[in-house]
Amino acid sequence: MPNILVVEDSPTMRQLISFAIKRIPESRIIEATDGVDALKKLSSEKIDIILADINMPIMDGLKLVSLVRGNPSYKNIPIIMITTEGAEEDKKKALAIGANAYLTKPIQTQELMKLVNSLIS
Amino acid sequence: MEKDSGISKKADEFLQIFKRGEEFTKDLIKENERLRYRIAQLEESVEKAGNEERTRLYEDRIKMLEDEINSLLERYRKTEEENKDFASKYVEVEAENNMLANLYVASYQLHSTLDFNEVLRIVIEIIINLIGAEKFAIFLMDDKMNELLPAASEGLSLNEIPKVKMGDAIIGKVAKEGESYFQENISTADASEVNPAKPIVCIPLKIKEHVIGVISIYSLLVQKTAFSNIDYELFNLLAGHAATAIFSSRLYTQSERKLTTIQSFLDLLKEKPRR
Repeated sequence: MPNILVVEDSPTMRQLISFAIKRIPESRIIEATDGVDALKKLSSEKIDIILADINMPIMDGLKLVSLVRGNPSYKNIPIIMITTEGAEEDKKKALAIGANAYLTKPIQTQELMKLVNSLIS
Repeated sequence: MEKDSGISKKADEFLQIFKRGEEFTKDLIKENERLRYRIAQLEESVEKAGNEERTRLYEDRIKMLEDEINSLLERYRKTEEENKDFASKYVEVEAENNMLANLYVASYQLHSTLDFNEVLRIVIEIIINLIGAEKFAIFLMDDKMNELLPAASEGLSLNEIPKVKMGDAIIGKVAKEGESYFQENISTADASEVNPAKPIVCIPLKIKEHVIGVISIYSLLVQKTAFSNIDYELFNLLAGHAATAIFSSRLYTQSERKLTTIQSFLDLLKEKPRR
């Protein structure tokens, strides 16, 4: 039963992502509205994969990735960035600090499903 | 003498018997050779007949296997075609599913609140995240002045966006005619040179035939190079659902404000001391 943490400040995107990935059998979706909220959820739940936006208030997605990679308890959790930032340098930056995959909005739900499945299997 | 002639007679008889025996033996040898030759002939023909039979058998089996291979190849080809068909149907279903998910979420979010500013924020979120627009504005109709006023924007400040008279330029025409406008080649639009009077997409916000505002898109995100079916469906959804959500939330907010004012008056009247 994979626990999937969706970190998004936009309720619309949170709902769309959750709607898409709840098709993964027995998956459980945990939602967070920013990086700080995500760290709280990480400390209280066993998370199998993180799907995070980049532009968020309080703590952005890049900061979250670097904190997760720096923590021995969470450093192996796969992270997928889902963002409006489509420039190649943004993608390189996110992958360099430890994101496993980079998806740009608007997302294709089947592409997201494929990525999540490949990273949790 | 008589004894000698008797021996000679017996010797002749013996010789004759021996000669007959010799002839008989010769005949036997001849017959034996003939029979051996015949056996060899028969063996050869039997062997020949056996090989032919086996060859015919093998040929039949080869033919049967060839037929089987052909039938399997035909079945494989049909299955492959079916697989291709299923794969393309799966892609179609997934695309449809993606579209329905987007429409469901957009519609759900638009009608999730009666707060006017919240509704505008949701419309902005849908345009950014689900459509992929970078710079855009939402105009609302001022019926008294007969003009469109910018109510919210993304990527450019509200001060940069001038109000538009009904019927003027692309935005005014879209509001007047109630028909969406799409620039022919959206991929050529340059995000750094935005002209608020020249949108690449303009969608009227309509409640039935009454236009209450316009969504005007000036540029798209770098990764968004073309519109797909889902985008047009979302534009249609925004045209209707965003309009009703904006309209009803505005009415609700106004009525809430009025109700609060009336309630305050009533409270004041109640508190007024009797003479």
